Parts: sequence; structure tokens; C-alpha cells
Amino acid sequence: MRRRSTSLKVLALTGFAFLYLPILTMVVLSFNESRLVTVWSGFSPKWYGELLHDDQILGAAMISLKIAFISASLAVVLGTLAGFALSRFPKFRGKVALTGMVSAPLVMPEVITGLALLLLFVAMESLLGWPKGRGVVTLIISHVTFCMAYVAVVVQSRLADMDGVIEEAALDLGARPWRVFVDITLPMIAPALVSGWLLSFTVSFDDLVISAFVSGPGYSTLPMVIFSKVRLGVSPEVNALATMMIVVVGIGVVLFTWNAARLHRMRQREERAAAAGL
Amino acid sequence: MSGGDQTAAQAVPDPGVASRPRTGSVLTRLKHRLPLPRGLGQGMVSGIPLGWLLVFFLLPFGVVLKISLADTAIAMPPYTALLDWDGEAVATLQLNFGKYLFLLEDTLYLSAYAGSLKVAAVSTLFCLLIGYPMALFIARQPAERRPLWLALVILPFWTSLLLRVYAWIGLLQHNGVINNILINLGIIDQPLVMMQTDFAVYLGVVYTYLPFMVLPLYATLEKLDETLLEAAADLGSAPWKAFLTVTLPLSRPGMVAGSMLVFIPAVGEFVIPALMGGPDTLMIGRVLWDEFFNNRDWPMASAVAVVMMVVLVIPVMLLRNGQNKTAEHG
Repeated sequence: MRRRSTSLKVLALTGFAFLYLPILTMVVLSFNESRLVTVWSGFSPKWYGELLHDDQILGAAMISLKIAFISASLAVVLGTLAGFALSRFPKFRGKVALTGMVSAPLVMPEVITGLALLLLFVAMESLLGWPKGRGVVTLIISHVTFCMAYVAVVVQSRLADMDGVIEEAALDLGARPWRVFVDITLPMIAPALVSGWLLSFTVSFDDLVISAFVSGPGYSTLPMVIFSKVRLGVSPEVNALATMMIVVVGIGVVLFTWNAARLHRMRQREERAAAAGL
Repeated sequence: MSGGDQTAAQAVPDPGVASRPRTGSVLTRLKHRLPLPRGLGQGMVSGIPLGWLLVFFLLPFGVVLKISLADTAIAMPPYTALLDWDGEAVATLQLNFGKYLFLLEDTLYLSAYAGSLKVAAVSTLFCLLIGYPMALFIARQPAERRPLWLALVILPFWTSLLLRVYAWIGLLQHNGVINNILINLGIIDQPLVMMQTDFAVYLGVVYTYLPFMVLPLYATLEKLDETLLEAAADLGSAPWKAFLTVTLPLSRPGMVAGSMLVFIPAVGEFVIPALMGGPDTLMIGRVLWDEFFNNRDWPMASAVAVVMMVVLVIPVMLLRNGQNKTAEHG
């Protein structure tokens, strides 16, 4: 297999270059002194300074961070309940409906989800008087709805990988279902909860289309501000902002991968030690 | 709900009796509080997310359907009521199919649906062509190096879609990086027109959705039994022939899953055609957006959404469920 892999390697590395070339260009251009973004005139970090004094961007970033934090946390709770019910309850009323609905937001075109949620909020406001207007509440409800799908999928696959033997043993020994869940299930699915939260946070922080539909005047999230800036043309500040976001995400992914690899090696060592002990 | 009781739970002695006489701090009493009836506890675990999704995911589509049958009105919200109370107890139901008729009459909508399908289909094909070698390459790496390559695929996926599209604008635009380089090298005299073209839209969609193709493909290829390929080689099959007859057919589930993950969102894509496409790049997501935000025609936007759901999303989702079921049973 190894011999013929040269052509495969070339094709694959071309694919990776395709993925990274635009990102790398953007990072380099963020240090360009010229306002004409794509004409190089010298190295300068000045756009980062300007970025830190741009109140519009900073304000929008704060709104986005707040909404992403709350949405991701609520989505982890709801998504874990959904994932747990789907993989651990043999049957319950509405299982088919939950199975279908929990993954549907992942593939639903965003323009449809956004429009549908906005029309719902408008109808609810005129019928029930809640939610009043559109802003933080409507943004959070919408983000939770599509983020919980990610959490449910991650939790469900994690639970499917573990058999329920330990949980059953605890139940047999008289532990109540709630205690079994808190003491056994939760610690075992903790990694899935962490990745579900991170995924939800990122997806919520990045969302443009659904947010544009459901937010009201005065509540512009960061992607909405970037979108309106980009529509007017490329701007060196956006390059700087993008670079900062890529660096943060990059560090996160590297740490996560490194940690996963470390745990993997640790488990392998333990397994070898256990095998040697036998 | 009683059907959900696990057999194991029957071994639990009734804890209510034991915990009631216990005294002590609030905390211990809370810990040993009367448990909810088992059926109710389970009902809440499944009921809360189910209820949330019914209200905030299913119900909205009912509202969209309802408003698509209303007529546009100069009011807030800008549509007419379906039910009219004429003073007394008599209500009249007014259904208006005018928006759907208009969808069929005006070629703008039909060509936008067709355009979205074309962009999504062609982009899916290119994602498959570019993503397959990447997935196969990662799957053939030594186990300890795979997480690194996977992280390289996932990293762009974790960064903002908007910013990745933006990165291409800097490369493709009139005085962008590519044109500057080509002119400085003397390859071209005039800048190439790449932005605001269909080419830019295809490029943007392929670039954005490539990780969605690579990850499911890798998941299938990783599980592939290497001994099958060795057997094929032992029996004298050339590597490319073994690939065509063994690897490719066995990786079909990954190809299908990846294609769905690329195709469906690509059909409704708004950001990429809005930022990279020209005025004549017709895609249905953009048409819906314009109907809503620019024309303020909520019923028309709803009708566009309903047709997109019925024609594109539901069939593809049913197909996907069918695929999953056959994969489980097969």
C-alpha cells in the first residue's frame, strides 16, 4: 500500500493547501500597513490597534460572546437530555419525533430556520405578548434550538459507545436513577459534554443568517457587523479580527488534539500494563 | 410512560418509605427526598427537549405555512389574517394561493431553484473529488498521526464561515492577491474578473463545505478492513483496480453521508452568493432573503421557504433516513 501512495499524497496535500492558502494569505495581509488591503507596503500591527478602539466591533463582540455562552450552556443541558433519552430509553412517547427533530436543524438551510423562528416570535408576541420585541431572548432561543442538535448528536454517539452495564449494576444495587445519572453517566460522558459545549459556542458565535432574522434593532452580533463591513469591501480591520479569531481557535484545537492524544497514549499504556499483569 | 421502565429499575426497593422518617440538614433531606415516580422522571428527561423542539422547531414551520397562505398587507406584521371575524360569531377562512401561483408564473423563482440545485450538485461533486483523497490519505496514516491531520481538517470548520469567505475575496478581487501576482509575473496584462461570478460562488461553496465531506468519508474509510485490500493485491489485482472494486464501493455510506451534508445546506446557502456572486447569480436562499429584508413580502418569503422544504429538504432527509436504516440492518 505504501508504494502507490505518492500520487495520493500529492492529491491530499493539494487539498490541504487549498484549505489553508486563503487563511494564511489573510493572516499575512492583516500585518499590511497599507489601507489598500491587498497591496503590500510594509509590516505594521497598526490594524490590531485600530481594532481595539473600534467600539462597534467590540460592542458586537461582547453581545456575541454573551449569547454564545448562554446558548451553549442551555444547549448542553437540553441536548444531553435528548441524547440520553434517545440512547438509553428503549421507547417513549414521541421517540420518532425526537429522533427526527433533533438532527433536522443540522441540515436545515439557515434561511428557512431563521424565517420560521422569526415568524413564530412575531405570532407569539401578538398572541401571548411574549417575547417582547426581538433581541437577546429571541437570539438565545434560536441559538439553543440549533446548538442542542450538535450536543445531542455528540452525546448520543458517546453513549452508544459505552454499554449500559455499569449503570445497570448501580440500579441493581439500589441507586436511584437520578443518582446513577449524576454519579456514573455524567462523568463518563463529560468529554462529550465539553466538545458539545465548545461546538455550540463556536456555531452560535459564528451564526449570521439566523441571527439576522431573529434579532432586533440595536442588537447586532459580531457576524452581522462583519457582514455589513465586508459588503462595503475588504477592510484591514477585518483581516486583523479574523487573524485573532483564527489564533484563538487554533490554540484551542491544538490543545484539544494534544490532550486527546495524551489520553489515548495513557489508555494504551494502562491496557498494556493490565495485559502484562495478567 | 410505563413502557419505558427498565427491568433493572424493578430491583430498586421503594425508597420513599426509607427516606421519610430521616431527619437532618436540609441538604441530606434534599439528597434523600422522595424520588419522582419513575415514569414521570423519565417523561421529563425526554419531554423537555421534545417540548422545546415542538415549540421552537416544528411549530415555526406551521406558522410559515400559515403565512404563506396569507396576502401581503401594509401593516405590522405585514400580512393579512387568515381568519376574519366580521363582528359577530361568523369567522371566514381566507386562503390565498396567490403567492404559490406567482412562484410558478415568475421565471425568477424557478431559475433560482434550478440555479441552487446546480450550484449544490456541482459543488458536492467537487467536494467529493477533492475530499476523497484527503480522507483516504488520513485513514492510511499511522494511528498516532491521524488526530493531527484530522485537526487540520477541522480547524477551518471551527473558524467563522463568514471570515473564510472573506479570505477568498481578498484573493480574488479586481486588485486582489491573485491578480497582483499574475500581473507582476507578466502572465496577464488585465486583471481577471473572478469576483461576482458563478466561478467564485462554486469556489466558495466547495471551500466552505469541504470539511463536511472529508469527516464522514474518513469515518468510513478508517473502519475499512485493510486485509481485503491485501487479499486483492495477493490475488494479483493492481492497486487502482483494488481501489475501484474494493475501497470505492465499501466507502459508499461515507460518500452518501458527506454528499448530504454538503448538498442540503449548499442549496439554501445565502452568505456565499451574497458576498461572492454577481447580480445574476440566482440562488433561492438569496431570493428568500431579498423577499424578506428588501421587499418586506413576508408571505412570498414564506411560500419560497415552503416550496424549498417540500421540493428539496424533505425528500433528501427521507432519503438519508432510509440510508441510515438500511445501513443499520445491513
